[in-house]
Amino acid sequence: MPAIPLSKAPQPAATDPAQIRNFCIIAHIDHGKSTLADRMLQITEVVDPRQMRAQYLDRMDIERERGITIKSQAVRLPWQSGRDGKDYILNMIDTPGHVDFTYEVSRSLAACEGAVLLVDCAQGIEAQTLANLYLAMENNLRIIPVLNKIDLPAAQPEKFALELSKLIGCQPEEVLRVSGKTGVGVEELLDEIVAQIPAPVGNKDAETRALIFDSVYDVYRGVVTYVRVVDGKLSPRDQIQMYSTGARHELLEIGAISPEPIASKGLGVGEVGYLITGVKDVRQSRVGDTVTLYQKPTKEPLAGYKDPKPMVFSGLYPIDGAEFPMLREALDKLQLNDAALVYEPESSAALGFGFRCGFLGLLHMEIVRERLEREAGLNLISTAPNVVYEVTLEDGKHITVTNPSEFPNGKIMEVQEPIVKATILAPSEYIGTIMELCQDRRGTLLGMDYLSEDRVEIRYDLPLAEIVFDFFDQLKSRTKGYASLDYEDKGNLPGNLVKVDILLNAETVDAFSAIVHRDKAYAYGVMMTGKLRELIPRQQFEVPIQAAIGAKIIARENIRAIRKDVLAKCYGGDITRKRKLLEKQKEGKKRMKMVGRVEVPQEAFVAALATDADIEKVKAARDK
Amino acid sequence: MQNLSFYVHIPYCVKRCGYCDFNTYTPAELRDGGTLEGVSEGFIDSLIAEVTFASRTQTTTIPTIFFGGGTPSLMPAKELGRVIDLLKQRWEFAPDIEVTMECNPDTLTLQSLEEYRAIGINRISMGMQSANTNVLKVLDRTHNPENVAKSVDNARKAGFDNVSLDLIYGTPGETLEEWESTVKSALSYGVNHLSAYALIVEDGTKLSAKIKRGEIARTDDDLMAQMYLAVDAQADKAGLPWYELSNWGRPAEHNLVYWRNQNWWGLGPGAHSHLDGVRWWNVKHPSKYSEKLANFESPMQDREVLGDKEKNEERIMLQIRLREGLSDLTPEQLKVFANYPNDVEIIENRAVLTPSGRLIADRIVRELI
Repeated sequence: MPAIPLSKAPQPAATDPAQIRNFCIIAHIDHGKSTLADRMLQITEVVDPRQMRAQYLDRMDIERERGITIKSQAVRLPWQSGRDGKDYILNMIDTPGHVDFTYEVSRSLAACEGAVLLVDCAQGIEAQTLANLYLAMENNLRIIPVLNKIDLPAAQPEKFALELSKLIGCQPEEVLRVSGKTGVGVEELLDEIVAQIPAPVGNKDAETRALIFDSVYDVYRGVVTYVRVVDGKLSPRDQIQMYSTGARHELLEIGAISPEPIASKGLGVGEVGYLITGVKDVRQSRVGDTVTLYQKPTKEPLAGYKDPKPMVFSGLYPIDGAEFPMLREALDKLQLNDAALVYEPESSAALGFGFRCGFLGLLHMEIVRERLEREAGLNLISTAPNVVYEVTLEDGKHITVTNPSEFPNGKIMEVQEPIVKATILAPSEYIGTIMELCQDRRGTLLGMDYLSEDRVEIRYDLPLAEIVFDFFDQLKSRTKGYASLDYEDKGNLPGNLVKVDILLNAETVDAFSAIVHRDKAYAYGVMMTGKLRELIPRQQFEVPIQAAIGAKIIARENIRAIRKDVLAKCYGGDITRKRKLLEKQKEGKKRMKMVGRVEVPQEAFVAALATDADIEKVKAARDK
Repeated sequence: MQNLSFYVHIPYCVKRCGYCDFNTYTPAELRDGGTLEGVSEGFIDSLIAEVTFASRTQTTTIPTIFFGGGTPSLMPAKELGRVIDLLKQRWEFAPDIEVTMECNPDTLTLQSLEEYRAIGINRISMGMQSANTNVLKVLDRTHNPENVAKSVDNARKAGFDNVSLDLIYGTPGETLEEWESTVKSALSYGVNHLSAYALIVEDGTKLSAKIKRGEIARTDDDLMAQMYLAVDAQADKAGLPWYELSNWGRPAEHNLVYWRNQNWWGLGPGAHSHLDGVRWWNVKHPSKYSEKLANFESPMQDREVLGDKEKNEERIMLQIRLREGLSDLTPEQLKVFANYPNDVEIIENRAVLTPSGRLIADRIVRELI
């Protein structure tokens, strides 16, 4: 039996680096990573069969339900190789699988020497997987290509083995074939990991350096920090120091996950495990930072540390204004576990009090919102997401705009907007339609490559603002769901951008202001005024809805004054029904927001901003 | 002396009109496949059984009786007469008692009208709806508009001094001109009362289904408003001034009972009643209704005891529909009315709606409650 009982396996802090293999699994959302991980847990017998459950490692409910992994974990798996009969420790480092978490992925990759590239052999590789594969190759990781779900009737292993072999430069027959579902090929895969992935190399006598590749807030334990020791070692009661912040903590507990946390005597070179210091906020234990010892600190941190940078901003408002303090509390709590989430209070004439929040991207935004609603029981409205603009005025003053309402009205010299490099994978029949979409979204074609006879990789530079505005949705619908997308930050570029304001009865409604390209300002104005005309009920007086750039009106609609609001008949003396109807309407009126003298139903804001619908669509597109 | 009016619900029609969601049944919908003649006698027996419950109240005098439906004129006069006779045995009839019945102009003859007059009915309310055949077709009405003139004439011959016509405006496809012409016809028959109701497209009706399928378009509210103003002006000019939001001419006393929140007992399936701050309503289906009464049980389905808040809300909502207007105005209410200078007039400390105000009565009420 290649599985080794935990008690007889090499122990943390006492394992020769030559016996260690650190690897991660790169895969698209539904390509079966969690199921394969489940099989590995079973085959290595670290989980009692009675305690086994599906997607064992996806700790948060939200992850299990949505089939995605947000936070990575590292599991220590003892394994006796079927090839040389020796004992090994395999550390499986789980990686997040989405575009918004590229930086976290890169840190997880940096903790490994190799990666299993896992691809569904009925679907082929997806853009995000490809992006992560490139990232892994840049990190010089040994790549083991694996086709999953070979038990499926729709499997096309030959076709996709060829595709993978071209991508990583190996022979098609070197691509392994497994089924996470049935377990076929998984033992062989574990043996291949031992055989192919290099053992970690480090200096056990040097100053301690450990890479933080994840940190998670736990209600009972505080922050749990996941590390990979590069040099030296970490032991219980050590005084540790975070390189970037200089913060000093005592190591209350150190250990490995198998797959429940088990405290150990420490972690040595090449080992992967967790630290607990009693810290309550993940921002004090930042992904990418270097852990060293306070008494004997390293002078050279591990490379690649970055502060998380929010790319997309949106206003979050409680539908019930009284829930504002609860929203603040919930955000404070969430931030303990999400170093990338930033927020500050803002108020809107239309939506009341809320927070302007910064996210890594659209999925991050969606997850935060969903967690706030689910975990804190809040009912939220989010405004249309926008990106960050850098505005330079003619007097040389710089303004960073994270909310369209901050866009200056003065003389503007230049506006810079974030640009991303987007990679789109799709069947080649959709090249035309994809290029049309990207051109329409102000894209610049960078290049195109055929992955196989009928699949292409198309690369574009696109303004991020164009992506946050229903790009996924359009891409998916125009390619019948076959295209996949990944993008990465590529800095800022100047753009011909203007702010379009929407005025309701001559008052600007900040929630509807948008920064758009000048060529699209008119279309935005017409679209938004038209939408609002449909959504806002008629009032006692005529209400003009206007779109304006500065003082210049570019579009106008009118809501005619209401002339009839009465039920003429009264059903055979059913006074009760009529009274209840009026009471109900009165209640509905209470939920109206006043914009100047105009009553606007909450639903009109939600529908006009359309983020709910967009979120549904993004979800559907992503889950596909 | 305490008054109690009676509403008597006759839940039968020859066929269901396309816009109707009232509690009424056609022969085809009756449980035992019976004919109207077959059910009428048994149904009247049930009404009579319900009167026993009404007679336990501390009321003495009946000011008004109203037979509504459904189509009361489907009932033979002698059957309706049994109800009137019983009420007369148990209560005192006010000297100027008003006894109204709703009629379908198609089923009326001079003879039947004379029979109805003979059992004590003294006011006829006729469902004319429209003088325009296209409009009647959309409403799915069976009658020939010419029958209205003839029936009004017959009613007068049979000795009815009080005749009212019911009209519906805002039927899909109806133009303002067509409506004005309908009103003109109705007024030309010399009736002393007119009701005009805006068509409400109720869910579940044939008409609503047609609109959902896009076969016909719902009438624009602005056109409805113009139609209301037109009938108001025309009726006023013809000597029938408004006295309630949808009613013109010599006030129907029974109508005022509702709007003034007075006491009435609704006999029949689905009928609503109000007595001293308590409202209740009967089970809706005629079979269920009759079954209950056959077992000497009350046919009441549910009731609502009004609190002070509800009472006040109802007073506001009902009074404001009347020409006599809303009384006992508070400073807060006056403040609301100040926002509606063209829609409300304050006359002797009562708030009276102008024509444009009547069109937004519900909106104003929502601000008052």
